[in-house]
Amino acid sequence: MADQARFAEDTEQYMGSLYSAALRMTRNRADAEDLVQETYLKAYRAYGSFREGTNLKAWLYRILTNTFINSYRSKRRHPEETDLEEVEDFYLFRRLGGLEAAAAGRSAEDEVLDSFTDDEVKKAIESLPENFRITVLLSDVEGFSYKEIAEITDVPIGTVMSRLHRGRRALQKALHEFGMERGLVGAQSG
Amino acid sequence: MVTNEPGHAELDCREALHRIYHFLDGELTSERRGAIEAHLNGCSPCLQMFGFEAELRKVIAGKCREAVPDGLRERIAQAIDHEHDRATT
Repeated sequence: MADQARFAEDTEQYMGSLYSAALRMTRNRADAEDLVQETYLKAYRAYGSFREGTNLKAWLYRILTNTFINSYRSKRRHPEETDLEEVEDFYLFRRLGGLEAAAAGRSAEDEVLDSFTDDEVKKAIESLPENFRITVLLSDVEGFSYKEIAEITDVPIGTVMSRLHRGRRALQKALHEFGMERGLVGAQSG
Repeated sequence: MVTNEPGHAELDCREALHRIYHFLDGELTSERRGAIEAHLNGCSPCLQMFGFEAELRKVIAGKCREAVPDGLRERIAQAIDHEHDRATT
């Protein structure tokens, strides 16, 4: 059992990443702040049931994700988000000259990656349908394992893996589109 | 596009690339990691692709951090104090 008196001290370090995740989930600052505040309050109330020595960060993310799904998602009236366009593997790499550039000893791809702005990366993530967005966020940004993501989002590990697989490809496509808009990358190269 | 070069027949390019994300996600056994590392050491096209995906991961993780807004920290502390008072009176 965790000591409620130590709650603030124990959880303070996760506020930045919880807020970042909340902002990607809600896509607006006011909702993100409310979501984080609600998450902390719920976590405080339930802290007595948190088993010390287990993963506190994952426990907080589970509360954040559940709160988002139950309280914030229903506010929005997005069209059905389960469908995601099929995108091929290594979409971005293949369109950046890929192997030909590598053979020529250039590293054009890395330069393009570095030139993406924070805003473009955030928008690309936020463009993903919700289930894919949350899963990619938990893995690529927060570094949770498949098993932890399965527990946080309450789905089987196989679902986590398939959401990651498809979500990441869609993310690459979104980044590629930003790259084309700014003329960083060509429209077609293979 | 990616061909199998001689010298690393244990794991072909197809299988190595298939497992790149599991590798980057840290979800492979040490044995499988070793097999992929051995393949990458002997296959520059796969290594290039692997390097790109690893770099992309770093870019994604590094470029979407947010600072906690002024006031949120205080509001949360107040809400918890309030909850504490409510629960103990």
